[in-house]
Amino acid sequence: MSSQPTLIDLSKITSPAELRRIMHDLAREGKRIDGRAPDQMRPIRMEVGILSNADGSALVTYGDTVAIAAVYGPREVHPRHLALPDRAILRVRYHMTPFSTPDERKRPEPTRREIEISKVIRQALEPVVLLEQFPRTTIDVFIEILQADGSTRVASITAASLALADAGIPMKDLVLGVSVGKIGDLIIVDLNRYEDAYGDGDMPIAIMYNKGLVTLLQADGQWSPEEIMRGVELAYKAAESIYRAARDVIKSKYVEAAKTTQ
Amino acid sequence: MYSVSITTQPEILPQLRRESLRRIIEQGVRSDGRGKFDYRKIAIHVGSVRTADGSAIVHLGNTKVIAGVKVGIGVPFPDTPDEGALIVNLEMPPIAAPTIEPGPPDENAIEIARVVDRTIRHSGFIDFKSLCIVPGKHVYMLWVDVYVLNHDGNLYDAACIAATAALASTTLPRAVIEQDQVRLAREERAPLKVNVDALPLTITFAKVGNTILVDPTLEEENVCDSKITVGVAKDKIVAIQKTDGALTRDNIGQMIPKAVELYRSLREIVINALQSPHRELII
Repeated sequence: MSSQPTLIDLSKITSPAELRRIMHDLAREGKRIDGRAPDQMRPIRMEVGILSNADGSALVTYGDTVAIAAVYGPREVHPRHLALPDRAILRVRYHMTPFSTPDERKRPEPTRREIEISKVIRQALEPVVLLEQFPRTTIDVFIEILQADGSTRVASITAASLALADAGIPMKDLVLGVSVGKIGDLIIVDLNRYEDAYGDGDMPIAIMYNKGLVTLLQADGQWSPEEIMRGVELAYKAAESIYRAARDVIKSKYVEAAKTTQ
Repeated sequence: MYSVSITTQPEILPQLRRESLRRIIEQGVRSDGRGKFDYRKIAIHVGSVRTADGSAIVHLGNTKVIAGVKVGIGVPFPDTPDEGALIVNLEMPPIAAPTIEPGPPDENAIEIARVVDRTIRHSGFIDFKSLCIVPGKHVYMLWVDVYVLNHDGNLYDAACIAATAALASTTLPRAVIEQDQVRLAREERAPLKVNVDALPLTITFAKVGNTILVDPTLEEENVCDSKITVGVAKDKIVAIQKTDGALTRDNIGQMIPKAVELYRSLREIVINALQSPHRELII
């Protein structure tokens, strides 16, 4: 079902243990199951303005992971007591559609995982949005995962960032999401679902590209302090290509808009 | 709006107090006299809740949390048929602070529980395979419930110490297999095997301006720009969670090795406490 070029035929693998072993054998040679180099992202696709009702919207794919984000606002806050007198509030919802996973249907009600991810995405976006320009309002960011193949939270952050820019909301920078992981001693970027499930560590990172600041940093698995720093370096490198693609998409949107209004 | 994460209301703190607190912290002074990388006084009582299968009460300065372990039987996950399960839950009852409303765990409580869960899970502290009763059918479930009794900041580290210490003090009731059923003989017990070498603990830092400090009080959390929790086991990083604000690459490069360094002394304190269980329930 994967559209990625694969190095091995996944349909011939019978058990998770076997896949784990193959992944680790490949990693010792610096290889990955889908044939990518350790520092290579999957193909990225970005579009903005995909939903006409939203003030801003974006679609971002990292390989087979598909995230869409819609931004509504700045708009009035209901209930009103949530409003802040000196700035806008940001409301973020990350949600996976029930059909987004390859195995069983995911129940649509929010899980503890989705509640946590909604929070860390909000805190990844808050440092970039100029909330103080819109007191007493809310800026709502809604994210739906249509297909999940690893790295969904970081693809969501890139999508949210593009949707905010598409909505014309002033920001200090673009924030780009990228996941870093490790398989054995090999540090890799942009994990797919197998690398996420059977690797030895996962570290999602969001980076404000121009300011060089990290606004989301999580990790699990087992890492040495030196591996963490190598992972952070790889993330900065990957963020550069994501940033270029994101900037170009936003730029071309305004170039198009200028053409049609002349 | 259900399940939406919302920008939090800042704690009401007079502007003057906020500014003066930040100014003195940036000069390297803390209002309780600690150095930047000093923990508050830690007291740990393990095994004093008699109805639990394992328990710990942790004082971290004025922060107080209690963790209780209940052992149950469940069905293993399909992808790990020979492994038991660990479930960490954290509750903030309204007794813990004047600002807490009753209700199910909010996003903050869920986040802390999940970070503590990941820290323990990836540390190698628990041998999940030793919790298997009948592969694919019956396994032990370790339910860890952490209750915050008094919130004075750094709930992450207090909750992780409590959960880890409670697990280390846990005894497993013997599983009795009768035909296809399994029940627990609660009167026959054996200690839960844990790998104390890989004791999982979190180290939480707060950043105020360019100053980084460890084990923030609630007051320090309320004025800080950014917070980061690092889960450590032995010499490995097993979890990271940045919450508020933004960090530079240098901040990360400073905090990660510092966390490993601070872990060693924190581990000593926890291990000493594990060697002297308490019979009396002292809050």
